[in-house]
Amino acid sequence: MNVRLYIWQRSTAALMLPLILVHLALIFYATGKGLKAEDILARTRGSIAWASFYGIFVMAAAIHSAIGIRSILIEWLCLSTRQANLLAVSLGAALLVLGFRAIAAVVLHG
Amino acid sequence: MVSPQSELSVALWRGGKDGVYQTYQVPTRTNQTILDVVTWIQRNLDPTLSYRFACRVGMCGSCAMTVNGRPRWTCRTHVSKVASAGRLEIGPLENLPVIKDLTADMRPFFEKWQRAKGVFSPSKTRDDAIEEIKPDTPARIAADKAIECINCGVCYAACDTVRWNPDYLGPAALNRAWSLVNDVRDAGNTARLKAISADGGCHACHSHQSCQQLCPQTLNPTASISGLKRCATHAYLQGEIKP
Ligand code: SF4
Ligand code: SF4
Ligand code: FES
Repeated sequence: MNVRLYIWQRSTAALMLPLILVHLALIFYATGKGLKAEDILARTRGSIAWASFYGIFVMAAAIHSAIGIRSILIEWLCLSTRQANLLAVSLGAALLVLGFRAIAAVVLHG
Repeated sequence: MVSPQSELSVALWRGGKDGVYQTYQVPTRTNQTILDVVTWIQRNLDPTLSYRFACRVGMCGSCAMTVNGRPRWTCRTHVSKVASAGRLEIGPLENLPVIKDLTADMRPFFEKWQRAKGVFSPSKTRDDAIEEIKPDTPARIAADKAIECINCGVCYAACDTVRWNPDYLGPAALNRAWSLVNDVRDAGNTARLKAISADGGCHACHSHQSCQQLCPQTLNPTASISGLKRCATHAYLQGEIKP
């Protein structure tokens, strides 16, 4: 890990902390109120606010976990920096695609 | 028959990388150190045993070995403190190549001191007046806390990150860099911060603290490294360094 990756990893962690709390509170709210899928979709579809909230979340999570996995690949699987970079970037890209697909599914009108 | 209290069973690493542990019986003595045990074996049982020491009083840092699974300075480690049921297992330091028996090759350790720019880089010439250093400034207090390193390699052998990532500079080299970062007479800080901010630098440290737990000089490389992380992050954000 170098200073650039370190700053990205720490800043995405700091960014995600409040987002995770809101996300957890949301889950408790939705389950506590017994909201059904259609109730949730009625609130999220077309909502720029929820799209941006989860969009930022997905980007931060993809960057944060890719950097963490890179260290694990180098330290535990003894991969070279190049191999680790490649795999970590692929993981980050996969998380971005999956995350945005999930967001699209709840905010776009189906 | 000798009672168990009067004899130690000592397994010593013999050979190079592919060596094996060989067991010796050594009479116990009061206030016996691990280095005493190793020396007794070499003088009385096998003169071909290789190991390294110089000062025997905890100053030179040359006698470190792995004792019952932990890196220790052997000249200041009493048998009574580390032997378990009259048994000792003594090997070369971990995380370094073995030369022979109990001697580890310290070259990678010192090469990393060089890589971390652990060499003082003077800002004055011999013609300038000697700079007055006030002992109570924050920078000097930080440098003083880190400065008593004897280069023994105990922290380096104790560090999991060194074990996992051969590129990692390790606690001693980074602790040295931190003492120079806080030395107002030094002129090499930009190059030093750049060196310790690259891959394998201070940001690779996981703050496990094995280094500070085992450092015989009770230094705290973990704290020094977190100081370096702060300084390097600041310098990077200010555009002073590009790793
Ligand atoms: S605190 Fe850092 S340098 Fe010290 S043992 Fe842990 S990883 Fe190694
Ligand atoms: S920091 Fe402590 S353990 Fe590490 S080399 Fe220096 S004296 Fe030895
Ligand atoms: S022999 Fe010098 S520190 Fe142990």
